[in-house]
Amino acid sequence: MKRKLVIIGAGMASGRALEHLLEADADGFDITLFNAEPRGNYNRIMLSPVLSGEKSYEEIVTHDADWYAAHGVTCRFGEKVLRVDRDRKVVVGENGEVPYDQLIFGTGSSAFIVPVPGHDLPGVVAFRDLEDTTAMTNASGTPGGRAVVIGGGLLGLEAAAALRMRGMEVTVLHIASHLMERQLDPAAGYLLKKDLERRGITVLLEASTKEIVGEGRAQQVNLADGTELPCDIVVMAVGIRPAVALAQDSGLDCGRAIKVDAQMRTSDPNVFAVGECVEFNGNLFGLVAPLYDQAKVLAATLTGAEATFAMKELSTKLKVTGCDLFSAGDFAEGDTREDIVFRDPGRGIYKRLVIEGDRLIGAVMYGDTADGNWFFGLIKDGTDISEMRETLIFGPAFQGGAPVDPMAAVAALPPEAEICGCNGVCKGTITQAIAGGATTLDDIRATTKASASCGTCTGLVEQVLAVTLGDDFVIPAAKGICGCTDLTHEDVRRLIKSQELKSQEAVWQELGWSTRNGCHVCRPAINFYLLADWPLDYKDDRQSRFVNERNHANIQKDGTYSVVPRMWGGVTTPDELRAIADAADKYNVPMVKVTGGQRIDLLGVSKDDLPAMWADLNDAGLVSGHAYSKGLRTVKTCVGSQFCRFGTQDSTGLGIRLEKILWGSWTPHKVKLGVSGCPRNCAEATCKDVGIICVDSGFEISVAGAAGMEVKETEPLAKVATEDEAVEYTTAFVQLYREHARYLDRPYKWVAKVGLDWVVDQIADAAARRALVDRFEISQSVYRTDPWAEHARPSERPAWQPLADLTLEAAE
Amino acid sequence: MSWIDIGHIDDIPLRGARTVKTHSGCIAVFRTSDAEVFATGNACPHKGGPLSEGIVHGTRVTCPLHNMVFDLATGQAQGADTATIATYPVRIEEGRLLLDAAALSPSQAAA
Repeated sequence: MKRKLVIIGAGMASGRALEHLLEADADGFDITLFNAEPRGNYNRIMLSPVLSGEKSYEEIVTHDADWYAAHGVTCRFGEKVLRVDRDRKVVVGENGEVPYDQLIFGTGSSAFIVPVPGHDLPGVVAFRDLEDTTAMTNASGTPGGRAVVIGGGLLGLEAAAALRMRGMEVTVLHIASHLMERQLDPAAGYLLKKDLERRGITVLLEASTKEIVGEGRAQQVNLADGTELPCDIVVMAVGIRPAVALAQDSGLDCGRAIKVDAQMRTSDPNVFAVGECVEFNGNLFGLVAPLYDQAKVLAATLTGAEATFAMKELSTKLKVTGCDLFSAGDFAEGDTREDIVFRDPGRGIYKRLVIEGDRLIGAVMYGDTADGNWFFGLIKDGTDISEMRETLIFGPAFQGGAPVDPMAAVAALPPEAEICGCNGVCKGTITQAIAGGATTLDDIRATTKASASCGTCTGLVEQVLAVTLGDDFVIPAAKGICGCTDLTHEDVRRLIKSQELKSQEAVWQELGWSTRNGCHVCRPAINFYLLADWPLDYKDDRQSRFVNERNHANIQKDGTYSVVPRMWGGVTTPDELRAIADAADKYNVPMVKVTGGQRIDLLGVSKDDLPAMWADLNDAGLVSGHAYSKGLRTVKTCVGSQFCRFGTQDSTGLGIRLEKILWGSWTPHKVKLGVSGCPRNCAEATCKDVGIICVDSGFEISVAGAAGMEVKETEPLAKVATEDEAVEYTTAFVQLYREHARYLDRPYKWVAKVGLDWVVDQIADAAARRALVDRFEISQSVYRTDPWAEHARPSERPAWQPLADLTLEAAE
Repeated sequence: MSWIDIGHIDDIPLRGARTVKTHSGCIAVFRTSDAEVFATGNACPHKGGPLSEGIVHGTRVTCPLHNMVFDLATGQAQGADTATIATYPVRIEEGRLLLDAAALSPSQAAA
């Protein structure tokens, strides 16, 4: 007698189980198949090509009506199952009951819909079934149609690429800081984003959807940061949820999904589950490989054979034509591991292997995934790779590989990449000059003017010569920033500008960094270069800052901090002094000291107290003095014409005005100014980075002084008649320094390298000077704020305390 | 091993660190990538610098006081330096950070 088998859900997992079952025992079962969708089993993974138009629905059908008929499967498609009565062993459908001996849940999963306002408007679809796909196809029929895809994971990106192929304007919103963060690391995520943008898809990262609005249907998506995105359709692809309501109502043991044992049996011995609705040992499943394994085990269990389901390593590939990525194993979690990183900026290739002990445990690849399956094999088999460790990253075909070319980044530059910013010379012009007979740096300078002005691009010009001439040109030894790169600071600065590199990941990849995310030497420098060159595009990264700048206070040798409030131009008030005295008392400050920069230092404050102390000082109108930053420190002034009998101008007023313009700005190293009201120079302006001496006829501005390990008098920049001009020249000089100097060079060192004449030329030109001031103002629109106020906010304060205090637990 | 819940992974900034107070001194918990954490002693063996305040790069940290670099997995100083810092088992379970309770025992600190 045939056993009565009922299957709820005609998806890929239950469909595969059915195939195995009929293969093993074609006549053993009387099978009834329920499906809520009004059709049988099709290859859901291939919905992306259907959406893009590369395939038709008919081509992805796995089991058609003929197949079900031929195998004697009773199909109840389009009919919902209302409940399961396990006592009577019947499944109750909308059109009547079906008794079972054995029952399989293959209910799959449903799309997770973010419950933002407007999520239920027509025009908001998931990307799960053929209905969703049809809705998207219809929307793409609108000429100039716009789609917003929420979710930058595997599914969302496939939908985005497909809609783009159908001619829609597509924007992808992703909540994390890089795409596919579960499968990719930031470097591969960066390359993927770049590829998608190249095909016309807009990608917004760290984008939080606030609401979907529209008259009767979805017409616009509004983000938390105020961005408004008009659209014709919204695709939600943020994740899936196992469909377990029916199983729960039936009283089966469920966690996040239906719990099964290694034989796919639920808490009821006659009820089984397979696919995305399954929870096994706390794991859920979304990729197809383990689902097919489950199907095989389930069929074996039902036919009385021995089979056990086990978790395996998984690999991921994205089905977007032209985006070549691969990830496998575990590359983000663990204790004792080592990275091997390989980057080829010219070909857009990134590979990272993660090794633990003598085994490969994870691999991420972008651009060239040919060796993916070989690496995946090593991961799955736990192969001992100690013998081939050195050349492992080059793949199976390449043992004993060539060294990585240190000039790869420059070799990869396109001809239109600008090498010399002063004279607007691009790489192609230089290679043409070389083709025309130039063989030395001097030849290039004579014929193209490249590196003939400030000279900071000399290293790049030499590399272009070396790449083009090969062994005929020997590069004078230049020192890379650190062990992560052979490029110098000047090279990197130039390339960040000319190649428009606007993120750390872009720098690491396009300039061929040999490490995952730099080191303590290069990262603060790159962080500064990026924020100085792209103030509106790049966000300052606190984790790339030295402790003092990250904590907005100077760390002392005992781990305490010093707090220095700003005193504009060295002027204070009785109220400010009282507030400082009160703070010193309240937080038991062991030392109060007057600094050389005309303000007061509170030394010996513990980190925990910083935010509260800042809040108290803020209440009295005091802000951070940035005594800790590579930025504007102080503007030292004398009392000037207001009180002094020798004063020629209001030096105090000018100093305050300059400080209020310049404060908060980040610079390559610290910047100190002095403004003296007469040539007696009481503010000691002539050993500052910028010194202004007031005279009867105006203001003498001099720059590049030093009073540290070296002592050096300033050199004249300009003499101007009005205070406004003095401010303009000073601001322009600070901006020029920000744009050109290498990180940790004080102005006097930078001026010595580029030459005072060059600096004077840049500033003397009125249009160039105003452009510098304008760019400084753009940057200051972001950075002219008090960091103390930001971190003193109640929401920020927990981050300044220890993560946990276990001293109590330990005592118990 | 018994594990103590010390907080959520997102309480630690990416490429940053937080401290955990214990009777045997402060432990630094580092987050080197989205889901990768390490726990070590917080004090640099050189001059006691707070390692949790250092710049985190790859799976290393640089001491904020004098730039000594430590591998977070092994605790070994890098380059010419030879000192070692204590390392403690820590793991992530559904976003929670779990620290090995043995890290709290005074004998561990004395070792």
